[in-house]
Amino acid sequence: MAQLDSGGEHSASAGSRALAWLVRLFLAIIIPLIAFVVLYWGFIFLRDSDAPKWVITLVAIVWGVGGFAVLYWVFNGIVEKLPKPWSGRLLPFVFVGPAMAILTWYLALPVYRTFWLSLFARDGYPPGFSPFLPWTWPAGIQSSEFVGLSNYVTTFTEPLFQIAIRNNIMWIVFGSTLSVVFGLLVAVLADRSKFERVSKSLIFLPMAISFVGAGVIWRFMYVVRPEGTPQIGLMNAVTVALGGTPHPWDKWVEIAPWNNLFLIIIVVWLQAGFAMVLFSAALKGISEELLEAGRIDGATEVQIFFKIMIPTIMGTIITVWTTIVIFTLKIFDVVWVMTGGQFGTHVIATLFYRQSFTARNAGVGSAIAIVLLAAVIPVLIYNLRQFREQESF
Amino acid sequence: MKKQKWFGSLLVNGALVFLVLVWSIPTMGLFVSSFRDRFDIQTSGWWSVFPHREWQQVAVLDPKELGLDPNTVMQVEGVEGDFKQLREGVEAGNKRVQWIGNKRLGRIEVQEQVWTVNWNFTLDNYKQVLLGRDTEITKDDGSVEVIPGQDMTQAFLNSLAVSIPSTIIPILIAAFAAYAFAWMTFPARRLMFIIVVGLLVVPLQIALVPILSDYSKIGLNGTFLAIWLAHTGFGLALATYLLYNYISTLPREMLESAFIDGASHFTLFTRMVLPLSVPALASFAIFQFLWVWNDYLVALVFLGADPNNKVVTQRLADMTGTFGNAWHILTAGAFVTMILPLAVFIGLQRYFVRGLMAGSVKG
Repeated sequence: MAQLDSGGEHSASAGSRALAWLVRLFLAIIIPLIAFVVLYWGFIFLRDSDAPKWVITLVAIVWGVGGFAVLYWVFNGIVEKLPKPWSGRLLPFVFVGPAMAILTWYLALPVYRTFWLSLFARDGYPPGFSPFLPWTWPAGIQSSEFVGLSNYVTTFTEPLFQIAIRNNIMWIVFGSTLSVVFGLLVAVLADRSKFERVSKSLIFLPMAISFVGAGVIWRFMYVVRPEGTPQIGLMNAVTVALGGTPHPWDKWVEIAPWNNLFLIIIVVWLQAGFAMVLFSAALKGISEELLEAGRIDGATEVQIFFKIMIPTIMGTIITVWTTIVIFTLKIFDVVWVMTGGQFGTHVIATLFYRQSFTARNAGVGSAIAIVLLAAVIPVLIYNLRQFREQESF
Repeated sequence: MKKQKWFGSLLVNGALVFLVLVWSIPTMGLFVSSFRDRFDIQTSGWWSVFPHREWQQVAVLDPKELGLDPNTVMQVEGVEGDFKQLREGVEAGNKRVQWIGNKRLGRIEVQEQVWTVNWNFTLDNYKQVLLGRDTEITKDDGSVEVIPGQDMTQAFLNSLAVSIPSTIIPILIAAFAAYAFAWMTFPARRLMFIIVVGLLVVPLQIALVPILSDYSKIGLNGTFLAIWLAHTGFGLALATYLLYNYISTLPREMLESAFIDGASHFTLFTRMVLPLSVPALASFAIFQFLWVWNDYLVALVFLGADPNNKVVTQRLADMTGTFGNAWHILTAGAFVTMILPLAVFIGLQRYFVRGLMAGSVKG
């Protein structure tokens, strides 16, 4: 108010400058305010509205996407209004800040919080569990019973977990190997065929299918009917036609642990296309002269494959292999939908889910999550080392 | 020599066709079955839509009229067999004679093998799955069974409401961050990027319990915002890394000249860098969209609290639990969940492949 009065008494140019400054100040406050109010309304609408589903969906999409864009725009506007050295110093953090904040909240801190949680007994969240959030846990679900590493001891001594570790090793060994082998096979074959595009597309197609969808597809492949009645699952129909007896394949507990292979096949079916695409690109990168030189020296196609192609694309093979290993390490959906972990098919991630969310034993669940994390640490270190070798950053 | 080459090509193409068939048959079975009548699905394999030979009844005979004694070896319609053999069916050439029923009240069927296709297609499965209409089925014993419809339409809309923001928000945030990493200087820049690289492979399981507890604290559980943020958090490291790799290769001179003309970072970003990065943005967008649409675990944990917000994967997984053998519902339901990702995938395969090339290790 005082500024408005003094503005009125001075010369016209000073007055209009003050007015302009005021308008800017006003806008700098009111626009973010309006933005926040609109966003808040959107949130309340989405939370409480019983409008038709498609209206809510539309509002959700506009609000979600638009909201984040508006937030950047507002913060950038505020920082740009600041005096020059400050805006220059703060602007990078407007750009990089949200990403780092979200990554910290969603991945970096949880590593520490989950580890902390794994040291406590089952009855709720320990003190200091959310150290960066102002609120505390309601009394009653707090656990103060520090149990040290005993959750890890429980985890590793439980027979089910030992089965899960065994199964996960099977998943990693067979899942990644079969995906790489089939991917490479299709890539090499397609490279020499006239139907390259079509065949690659068809092999690649399952990548678009969810694990749950793939679960239904393969449950249908594995359906078993009593002997003597017509089989409606393809696997058993073929088996019976060849004179065998029908089996429940993935639920075939008598052959455990090998029934896991019938689950692993599903993921190989989904992932081979991924391997194939990368191998195919790598194969096309091999110089034609190199292959021609091999042929002139009298090498057979098989020798060329093993002596020239494989060594040349070894880098790609290792990358693909690592990716699929990490992927299969965390496998969850397929097992959960197909067998729910029964019939000796539990893996680490399904046990994690069972302990954390079904049995509500967050201590043991967190210990299992830490085991999962520990398993990817070699890859993490390798990635960081690779990054350090890049000079450009 | 020429013959050898021809043989090699046959071997290559033959093996390829075989693999392609093996890879396509599971999906084909689902697709075909989703259009079959619910009774047909349960009684015959989906491959019966292809031409095949099937026994078809041509005549029914009354054993009493023929004066047959089931306790002896009988001769009928040119075949011979005792009761047990006739029950199984005795074949003679293109003809099969079968005793149906018990010894006292049975009948004899004469069947011939004919070529046939089972093309009894219907859209009822989709109607039931999409419109959520309950269907009443009168069983053989007269009891009426009501099969509750599956409202997949609602789940489909939910999936859209989850997937679209969960795709665009991380791209937006990551693009800003990638721009800053590539073109701005600020303290701790290198350290921050090392954090991004380190978090690339951290399994998301590690975050579920802490984030869920935060959400329940601030009342976010089961909301769309909760799952958008979760997918953003889990996809952000990869998005930032990939977009940085792309944006840092944009020509430096162009950006510098824009600076000299007085453009701010924000206008430079929105007017030049974003449009130039469309290929990288698109390939990551497809990648993330497929990932989010097909995700089950994150939805299960963060959306599980609200049954109205369930996405298609959750709904389908629920259906496998409750209607594990109702294949007419499951096949149609599964196809509904697959239709959009398949369309995106087929339409934009080129961008998707490019995205895969750029790196695809995700936590």
